[in-house]
Order: sequence, then structure tokens, then C-alpha cells
Amino acid sequence: MDYVIEMLHITKEFPGIRANDDVTLRLKKGEIHALLGENGAGKSTLMGLLFGLYQPDGGEIRKNGQVVHIDDPNDANRMGIGMVHQHFKLVHNFTVLENIILGVESTRHGVLQMEHARKRVEELSRQYGLLVDPDALISDITVGMQQRVEILKMLFRENEVLIFDEPTAVLTAQEIAELMRIMRGLAAEGKSILFITHKLNEIMAVADRCTVLRKGRCIGTVDIADANADMLAEMMVGRKVNFVMDKAPAKPGDAALSVQNLSVAGKQHGSHAIKNVSFDVRRGEIVCIAGIDGNGQSELVYALAGLVKPSGGKVLLCGQDITEESIRRRNDMGLSHIPEDRHKHGLVLDYTLAENLVLKSYHKADYQRSGFLRFGAIARHAEKLIERFDIRSGQGAETIVRGMSGGNQQKAIVAREIDLAPEVLIAVQPTRGLDVGAIEYIHRQILAQRDAGKAVLLVSLELDEVLNISDRILVMYEGEIVANLDARDATAQELGLYMSGSKRSDAV
Amino acid sequence: MNKRRFRLKGASSAASSLIAILVGLAAGFLILLISNPSKSLQGLWTILQGGFNNGRKGMGQVLYYATPIIMTGLSVGFAFKTGLFNIGASGQLMVGGFVAVLVGITCPWLGAAHWIVALLCGALAGALWGFIPGLFKALLNVNEVISAIMMNYIGLYGINYLIKNLTNADGAYLVYDKLKNQTMNVAESAVIPKWGLDKLFYNMKGNYMDVSSVNAGIIIAIFLAIVIYVILNKTAFGYELKACGLNKHASTYAGINGNRSVVLSMVIAGALSGIAGALMYLAPASGMHIHVEEVLAAQGFNGISVALLGLSNPIGIIFSGLFISYITVGGSYLQSLKYMKEIIDIIIGVIIYFSAFSLFVKNLLSRVGRRKNHHTAEDGIAKTEGGAAQ
Repeated sequence: MDYVIEMLHITKEFPGIRANDDVTLRLKKGEIHALLGENGAGKSTLMGLLFGLYQPDGGEIRKNGQVVHIDDPNDANRMGIGMVHQHFKLVHNFTVLENIILGVESTRHGVLQMEHARKRVEELSRQYGLLVDPDALISDITVGMQQRVEILKMLFRENEVLIFDEPTAVLTAQEIAELMRIMRGLAAEGKSILFITHKLNEIMAVADRCTVLRKGRCIGTVDIADANADMLAEMMVGRKVNFVMDKAPAKPGDAALSVQNLSVAGKQHGSHAIKNVSFDVRRGEIVCIAGIDGNGQSELVYALAGLVKPSGGKVLLCGQDITEESIRRRNDMGLSHIPEDRHKHGLVLDYTLAENLVLKSYHKADYQRSGFLRFGAIARHAEKLIERFDIRSGQGAETIVRGMSGGNQQKAIVAREIDLAPEVLIAVQPTRGLDVGAIEYIHRQILAQRDAGKAVLLVSLELDEVLNISDRILVMYEGEIVANLDARDATAQELGLYMSGSKRSDAV
Repeated sequence: MNKRRFRLKGASSAASSLIAILVGLAAGFLILLISNPSKSLQGLWTILQGGFNNGRKGMGQVLYYATPIIMTGLSVGFAFKTGLFNIGASGQLMVGGFVAVLVGITCPWLGAAHWIVALLCGALAGALWGFIPGLFKALLNVNEVISAIMMNYIGLYGINYLIKNLTNADGAYLVYDKLKNQTMNVAESAVIPKWGLDKLFYNMKGNYMDVSSVNAGIIIAIFLAIVIYVILNKTAFGYELKACGLNKHASTYAGINGNRSVVLSMVIAGALSGIAGALMYLAPASGMHIHVEEVLAAQGFNGISVALLGLSNPIGIIFSGLFISYITVGGSYLQSLKYMKEIIDIIIGVIIYFSAFSLFVKNLLSRVGRRKNHHTAEDGIAKTEGGAAQ
């Protein structure tokens, strides 16, 4: 069997970190090869080496058996290596077609020649089943469509080796299924795919082989046909992982968060993102809001957190009406919120980790004295949380958060919000983009909050998560709650029916 | 706090500013060379000697001219740090200066407190001129650059109108010196005191003490730079302002009142520029008066260069303000080499212009550093992505 790409005994060191230590990865032609590892295991570094972002300190890279040196991404491109980055590199006010040809435009006398490119793009779309309107603006199309544009960019450049860096992190369940189909199609056409992920079910569904990294070392490469999810998880984390939380039954107390007839105006005039929603979250229970993305979950959370003004209804926190209270006041009254978008809301990316960990408490007497920040106390607080939540970063508390990995950024937010010792914890997609080890950890933390008698409202798009840790499930569909189920009796099929709007419970 | 890292950061900032200055001097030299090749080396030397061309008085002049641009530099730099671009420093300076002069002329009964009250009134007027764009930004999301530019012109023409039309009950001008088409001298009690600086910076010409124009303004400016540094870096208030500048959404989420921060940032920036104007015009002996003409005060725009060269760091701004003043004073002596006044302005402008590229140089330096892998793995990737996205 020929290998398209061989990365042999690759070693790469950064100051203080050996990111890759004697890693060997062989990619066969026409296969989908998964690269699995925890956050910070060295996956991105390894792919960065292949894509020419860094140079290896040791080992060699071979393309079709020849040793090659890849100095920069342009080199990689010339060798037929393309990459879809986790955060897309698209010009938002350009059209799909313009983005695809960007950098490889063909011109005649300095005038763009688009027609040939358009024909080629249309051909490629048809061949690989990547339907997308070439004249649509990037800002107008969905994230899933944007990803197709990224894939088309690679195909347009006739890349043979396609690297997908956590492609499913930003997609909905339907889009993920579609992407899996596309990937299989690409492999069938002879493209070789490297697929970075830490979602085991995706690997099981789509990959042929899988290489596992742990702390920069290569743990092994397995055929997926001979593997199962438990085995992969254990290879990745280095210990047995419990996918199913063993948890004591909930002992709900009185309602800590009470939502009464809440409505939120939608973006379009006269529409409602949230229509007349009522529910309680009691102390000592985890209530999960399930639903397909875009059915009003975000607006509901924004209204609870005070980021948008509801158009009607009331929100009670521990019996007190907080509908008109400021965000600061809500926070101080015991509302914690792990936001959906960690870069937009969760963090000030150019602040240090220590500064971000006091984002909601810097004004309290612990961290300031007559207006002056107490840097000693802030640093000690950061050290404590870093230790307790195992937040990993280059320079500890002084790391600029922008440079941290997504998983550790998320851990920092979770640490900050849980440390506030809230009465009510609202967690929106708290495990998005995390590896199984970290997911398990965060789930335990959320459970611990419940067991400590706090009320937890979890918003999740992932059914596994919903079924795994919640006590009660509310399903949202088009801004309304269409089902209120006991998690012990709920099944994925049933939830799916409610989520798609084909079923409605009368009990609500 | 990690001292070593801090020192490294400081060193790289200073290095990038110095490199930018060298590039600026090289460009200035090029123009010297073009306009008068035979005197160009001598000319460069004259510029480099700056205030030293004229002994202790010259140094005093450097401090004097540095005062307003340090203040406007602080104003612009402070706004930068909080995510705003205060291009309105010019208007704020003029309005502040006018109100200070008005108080300085009309309220001599204030006695010893006169200059302080005039200074504070100037600060308040500047603050008002910053408050308006800030309020528009906060409430209506109007870009502060646009509204601040408009406020510049409203300030300029408003002052011209007031100078020529403010009269007392007898119909006599309050502040207008019609002969010279400028404002009158402020009362003696409103003049910024010297605080002994005139005893330091003078030249002896026979028995006559040729005193420089320097006054307490430079001490006030340096003091305020330190105050701004402390506010930005040591206080909860500065933490809020910077957080809003870096990520307004996250600040709102965390319970910080973003609108209030925007308004307060512009108010403080405006007050700093207002003080610049007051310090400038409360010194009639140096010949500084508000002329009735249709030109915005250059000190306001020079503040942008000062802030850029100082990388918006208040302490850096003290030095960049002194540097630009030093070069400007040096340039004024070029006339003795028969360089035309306009050419001198161009040369000094070019040096300042290139010097303001220090941020660019800093990014360049850090990119070179990254090539050498002076970062951790994750840091490197995040930066590469960020760089490519830009």
C-alpha cells in the first residue's frame, strides 16, 4: 500500500513544551484518517508542521515516498496539501466564487477572468455534491455552507491531501451528517483526508483509521473496523472514561429560577423569538433545554442573563423579580452564566487569564480596595482556579487568553462561573469543542453544583449530553416549550420528534 | 506579576519606538538632502541637537512646547487604550483654551486661585467637547471619529464667533484684541506660574536673563501622565474601561456598563485635551494667543503622533512628547542654515510621521521573534490564525 503522506518520528519543541515527541503518522491514498487527542495533545502542531506553519525539530515528512520540506502554507498548497481551519478564512463581503479563486485568480491584461473559474467551481460542486450558490455573499450563508466553500477552495487548488481541523465543532447535527457524506464522497474520489477531532462517534462513523496522540506522544494507530469508542477514549485520555454519568437521583427543592410568561421580540418586526414561555428550575436539579439550534434558546438565555430586554413576562431569581435588574445586579444576586459564544461574550481575549478569571468579581472587596485592584489577590485567585480546574496555558495566570487553546479557554469560563458560587447556573453548550476527558470533568462539576443544592439550567444541542446529565428536559421548538419530560423516561427518538416539531406534548 | 516578562515587553516597545525614530530621521535627512545638499549634514546635526542649540533656554523651550502635545497625546492615547479614536483633541483643546482664557480675563477677583480655576474650567470645557461624541457613540452608535471631527469645526468656528462677539454691558470686547485679531492677555493672576523653572532654564545675555517660556505646565502634564497610568493599570475603573475597549460584548456580559465607560472615556480624553489648551493659552508672555483664523490647532493632531510613538502608554507619551518637541525646536534653528520655513515643517512632519510607525515596527519585531519560535505551540497557532485573518 502506498502512503501519500508519511510523517516519520516528528519532534517539535516550543519553549517549555514538547508539542510533538517522536510522532509517526502515515496517510494512505483515499483514506479518511482521524487524528484523535485531548485539547493540547499536539494535534494542531502536527498539522501545522504538515501545512508549513512550523518546521519540525526532528524527523522527516515524505510525500509519495519523497522527503519534502514544507516552508510555508504556499509550499503545502503547491504539494497538494490543503487545510480547512477550525475558524474559516473567508472574506465576508466577497462572494463564494471570489473567495474560492482568491490567491489563484487568472487574469488577462490585469482583468479578472471569472468565467473559467465559475465553470470549474460548478463542475466541482456537482462532482462532489457540494451545492452552494457561487454568487452568494459569505456573510449571507450559513456556517455549514461556508465550510463547503472552504472545501471547494481546496478542490479548486487540486489538493490531494485535505486536512480538516475540527470541522464539526461549529456545525449542527444535520450539517455534521452532511459533512460526513461529503467526506466519504471525497475519499471515494481518491482524496486523502486527515480529520482532526475529539468526537469519538464521528470517528467511528466516518474514519478508516485513527492515530491517537496524548501529551505530544503517538499512542498508536488503529483500524476503526477493529476499534470501539471505549477503546479510543481510553487511548486518548490514558484511563477509562465514563460516558454515562453515574449520578444520584435528583432531590429537587424549591424553585430558584422561575420564568413566567416570558416573551422576547425577534429580529423581524412583529415576530417573537420567545413566545410566552414559563418554567421553573428548582434547587438540586439540572433542567436541560433541548432543541435544534435557532429555536429561541439563545434569546431565552440572553433574556435571563439580562443581555436583552424581554417584551413581556417575568423572571424570578430566588423569589425576587429580576426582570428589570441590571446584569451586574443579577450576577451579584447569584446568577452565573456560561455563555454560548466564548469569544464574543465569555472572555476578553487580550486580557490575561488572571484578569479574565475576575471579570465578574473584580469590583468586589476581595479584589479591590478603594478603587485600586489588588493584584496579589487576583493572582492568588487565578492560581487557585488554574490548579482546581486544571487550566493549561503557556505562562500560567499571566497568559494572554487569546493564545490559549479553545478547550482551556472554556475551562477558564467554567471555572470563573462555578467559582462565583451561584444560586442558579446557566450553562450554554458548556462542553462545545472539548475532548471527552474535559467533557467528563465539566459534567462532574455541573453535577456537583446540583448536588450542592444549586439550580442548573443547561442548554445543549447535543442529545447525548442532554440525556446524560439532565434530570428534566424541556424541548424548545420555534420559541415555545413543546415538551417537559423526565430525563429517565426520555429517549433520543422521542426528543427528535419534539425537536423537529412533529410532536407536541399537552402537558405543557 | 511576572517581572521578567514585563521588562521584556517594555524593552521591545522602547526598541520599536527607537527604530521608528531612526527611520523617521533617515527620511527627514533625505528631504534635507534634496532641498539643500551642501548643508544637509549640518542640518541633520542641528535637528538632532534640538533644544541644545540654544543652551538652557533651548531646553526650557523644548519642555514648554512638549507640554500641550503630551497632554493631547495622553488624551488620544487614553482613548486608544479604551478602544476609541479621539480625533477631536484639536477641538477639545481649542474650546478648553478659550474657556480658560475667558475665565483668565474676566475673573481676576479670584486672586491666587485664578489660574487654577481657569485651568479647571478649560478642562471642563474640553470634557464637554468629548462628552458629546461619547454620548452619541453610547446611545446611537455614531462613530466617534465622525462626530469628533464635526465637533472640531463646531469648536473652531464657535470660538471665533464668541471671541468677536462677546462684549460687556458697555459694548467693549471681553476677550478680543481687534488690532492683533487675537485674544487679549489674560490677567496676571491667571498666568500659569513658573514654579522656579525660570530659574533653571535661561541664558545670560550680558546682565540680562533671557528666560525660556517653560512653566509649571510641564510638571502638571507629567503628573497627569502618571495619574492616567495609574488609572489605566492599577484601578478597577481602568480595568473596566480597557475591558470595554477590548471586547464590549464580554464587558456587558460581565455586568460592566459599556455605555457609561464609553462616555467616561471620552469625557476624560476631552478634559486632558482641554487642559492642553488651557496650559497653552494661559501663558501670554510666550506669545500664545488664540488667533481668529480658520485653522484647527496643530497640537491636537500632533497628539495622535505622540500617542502612536508612545504606543499609547502614558509614560511612553511623556518621552514621545518630549522627543517630538525636541525635534521641532531643533527644526526651528534650521532657518539659520537658510532652509525655508515650509521645508522645515515638511522635514519635521516627515520625522514625526515615520516615528508614528512604532506600532508597525513592534508588530514586525514580534513577527521576526515568532519565526524564531519564541512562543508556545498554542500561542503560535492562535497568532498565525489571527495574522492570516487580518
